[in-house]
Amino acid sequence: MSTADNFVGIVVHAGGNVKGLFGPRFLPGVVAYLARHGDGTSPEGTPEVKAVVCVKQVVAIGDEIAFTDDGKSVDGDYLDHAVNEWDVVAVEEALRMTEAASAAGEESEVVVVTVGGEENEEALRRCLAMGAQRAIRVEGQSGALLDPLTVARRLAPVVAREAADVVLCGVQSSDSVQAAVGTMLAELLELPRVAVVKEISLDRADGTATVMRELEGGLVDVVEVDLPALLTVQTGINEPRYATLRAIKQANLKEIEVVEPSQDAPGCYEILRIYAPPRGEGAEMLEGSPAEVAARIVELVKARLS
Amino acid sequence: MSGTIIVAEHLQGRLRDVTRELVTAAATLPGPVTVAIVAREPERIAAQAELEGVNEVVLVRAGGDEFENDVYQAALQALIAQRAPEVVLVGFTVGGMGYAPAVAARLSCGFASDVFGLERRDGRLVCRRAFYGAKVHGEVALPAGRTSVVMVRPTVFAPAADGASTSRSDMSIDPVTPRARHLRFVEAPQSDVDITTADFLLSIGRGIGDRENVERFVKLAEQMGATLSVSRPIVDAGWMPAARQVGQSGKTVKPKVYLALGISGAVQHLAGMKTSGAIIAVNTDPEAAIFDVAHYGAVADLFDVADELERLF
Ligand SMILES: Cc1cc2nc3c(=O)[nH]c(=O)nc-3n(C[C@H](O)[C@H](O)[C@H](O)COP(=O)(O)OP(=O)(O)OC[C@H]3O[C@@H](n4cnc5c(N)ncnc54)[C@H](O)[C@@H]3O)c2cc1C
Repeated sequence: MSTADNFVGIVVHAGGNVKGLFGPRFLPGVVAYLARHGDGTSPEGTPEVKAVVCVKQVVAIGDEIAFTDDGKSVDGDYLDHAVNEWDVVAVEEALRMTEAASAAGEESEVVVVTVGGEENEEALRRCLAMGAQRAIRVEGQSGALLDPLTVARRLAPVVAREAADVVLCGVQSSDSVQAAVGTMLAELLELPRVAVVKEISLDRADGTATVMRELEGGLVDVVEVDLPALLTVQTGINEPRYATLRAIKQANLKEIEVVEPSQDAPGCYEILRIYAPPRGEGAEMLEGSPAEVAARIVELVKARLS
Repeated sequence: MSGTIIVAEHLQGRLRDVTRELVTAAATLPGPVTVAIVAREPERIAAQAELEGVNEVVLVRAGGDEFENDVYQAALQALIAQRAPEVVLVGFTVGGMGYAPAVAARLSCGFASDVFGLERRDGRLVCRRAFYGAKVHGEVALPAGRTSVVMVRPTVFAPAADGASTSRSDMSIDPVTPRARHLRFVEAPQSDVDITTADFLLSIGRGIGDRENVERFVKLAEQMGATLSVSRPIVDAGWMPAARQVGQSGKTVKPKVYLALGISGAVQHLAGMKTSGAIIAVNTDPEAAIFDVAHYGAVADLFDVADELERLF
């Protein structure tokens, strides 16, 4: 069997219901994946285990807020930045996967990808400092809120090109709470997928991973998924490492690849307006010193429990 | 294009509450409401989906007994192809997250998730959802002329009541070979604390800062005669067992008093406690979403308040 047959064999088994397998757009990625896995050997210099992690620099609003003139986003001066909590655990998980491979003498690589403006490179550098080898930024307008389909479409060609064994995304971002980009990206790449995963064990010999999907109420669904796959990662799966000062310095020197996105098709929604919701309307606010607040709390508790 | 299709969510033979809520959400939209049940033997669940406001139940015979995302995706795509609904409603749940966005990507549908309000306006579906970590609300318009897939936030709409028997139809789809296969369920481990039966919960969140502080609140809860509960980050960090977690992936609680210290009020937390008798929230951030569901709120440092509570008990 030729290498190509072999590969198609995997995919057909993996996704009998999927027509078209990999679109021609993603062919370079397929060829690269084949080069690594098709005949069981790996060309020199290409990693044996490769994970791509999609990350987002999220924003948080402080105590005050002001909107941009068009009423469609929050003024950047009122925002703090951080790497999305779910993405940090995804990066940690990828690092652990590849470190396990490295310990077994295999080559491995973690690549992080984001969509956003130049200021979002801060998030990529944090991931590099944690131990990711390479970082890619797909150009995106600074500060604009993007719909999840647009984000997934911008990520797709870049992630496809990397031809990873595993693509990880956070379940959701803490600022937009859409829980959609990962699952959309998997579909665009025609990758098997599982959402909301809190444990991953790879069985690369078998071409599968067994994952724990965490459902409502804490019930766990044990799922076997064909590789390569995209998994969206839930917090609690690991305790992410801190980067050392030295690693942070080194990460600041690394080059970040910047990719221009292809022309956007219309997204899955258009933002009409955003607004500050009425906050705490139904709540009676307890004023005064901490002692007064505590005294009121005690009163309220006693009244309710009697 | 017309009408609304609701994809029923069921687990171990039982229809989940979120499906009833979707029926109520659909009542605000024009056109008939259809509930689709995807399962190996959908007729076993069909009677549970005969709810007030439902015009038709479609039995989609596909897959196994339990959820698999490729099966649901294929089923929903077939439903959209055959029936061209104006709107598809799916719960913003772990199950929904596994396939609804994929369908939207495949068919280039309009899509919005964690939606808590929806209406038709000028020929488009307008959805309300939060941005910037629940601090800001927004209105998004989904494109006209194609099906909109909307994932609705659980516990916002009231569950629809049982209805009279509705018409049923069958639909078959091409066989699906799932690339992600359900193997088994693992129940959350048993625990000797049951936060769901407590009258008074003292609940702590990430605002407590450090592991060293946990002990203090264990003691405070004891002093106050409360049961200690927590938000998810406290469990993720390994500071408290999962049995004490309140929220969507933890326990749903309804104590007489819920005292929340340093909890922001993320949707998945609120889903588990917002029907509590009296909610008292202490948070340094006046814009914290917890104040939306609180009956009493204090913008204060939780440690200062804890100092005083320790003195009073
Ligand atoms: C599928 C899924 C399921 C989930 N299930 C759950 C669940 O079951 N339960 C759950 O809780 N979460 C759940 N989450 C996570 C949820 O989205 C939030 O991340 C989480 O609830 C945040 O917890 P928190 O409010 O303690 O932390 P944060 O959001 O970090 O809030 C901390 C708060 O403390 C305040 N604060 C800080 N210092 C002080 C101080 N000194 N005094 C007073 N206030 C202070 C801050 O202002 C802030 O509001 C789930 C997420 C997903 C994706």
